Amino acid sequence: MDMSLIETACDIATAIAFTMGSIFLLIGAFGIVRLPDFWSRLHAAGVIDTAGAELILIGMMFQTGWDIATLKLILIAFFVFITSPTATHAVSNAAFVAGLRPLDLKKDETEETLGDVPTAAIPHRSGAAASPGTTSGTEGNA
Amino acid sequence: MLRRTHQDAGTEMVKAISLTIALIALWLTLSGYFTPFLLSIGVASVLFTVYLAARMRLLDDEAVPVQLRPALFLYWGWLGGEIFKASVAVCRVILSRDMTLSQQLIRVPWDQKTEMGRTIFANSITLTPGTITVETGDGAFLVHALTDEFTGSEGFEEMGDRVTKVEARHR
Repeated sequence: MDMSLIETACDIATAIAFTMGSIFLLIGAFGIVRLPDFWSRLHAAGVIDTAGAELILIGMMFQTGWDIATLKLILIAFFVFITSPTATHAVSNAAFVAGLRPLDLKKDETEETLGDVPTAAIPHRSGAAASPGTTSGTEGNA
Repeated sequence: MLRRTHQDAGTEMVKAISLTIALIALWLTLSGYFTPFLLSIGVASVLFTVYLAARMRLLDDEAVPVQLRPALFLYWGWLGGEIFKASVAVCRVILSRDMTLSQQLIRVPWDQKTEMGRTIFANSITLTPGTITVETGDGAFLVHALTDEFTGSEGFEEMGDRVTKVEARHR
């Protein structure tokens, strides 16, 4: 009686975590299609690999009971927690160094933060200042 | 990456022992078998790995971050809550009918004393949907934010203070 009650509670917790995780995954996937450019799409991907992935993993943890599989799931969650921001940063930093800039920047504090150093490494900044947005917007407008 | 090559032998010993314990725990978790043969193979591999790490001078604050306070786990719990709130906010932006973005690259100052502390802060900003650390400069990160909703400086200050509290046992 008591054991079955705990099992029911675990099933309910799993159902809640899976439902919320799936909703985050769906909205994140929808956002990747709907958002206009690379930079905004990174945020939709962020929803998928943090809230979505972790909630699915937490839902699975409730189903294993307390054994070695739970520990393995905790390890997976931990590695996702550490590696996903590293990967996101690597991708965004590579795009930044390559000269890709967000569409319609409302506020740009690049100079205050980094000084003049990185701008010299960006080819389109020096020459094509008259036509901003050509490098950053081509993919998003297609 | 600048590494401190000179640290006292005591610290290095503590780090070597910590790495051994962590690797044994990892082996037992991933293996799940407790036969004498597999256990002895595990112990041999762990000792060999620790020997190699010591020889490569990897036993520093970056590879074996035992200098962090255990309150880091509480910080992760708090961060989980922040991630959830920010995820809901990003989802609301994605699902809104006109989807008004105001993308910006903003300056977020840090005051952590160690590289590990700055790394934790930068990764926490990236983990929170709606903000991504793009580059680090002199005393500040360059952060990309999706809308005005994510640029509040109090939010960053609170996160930074919490990271500063867990970054080192001794000050």
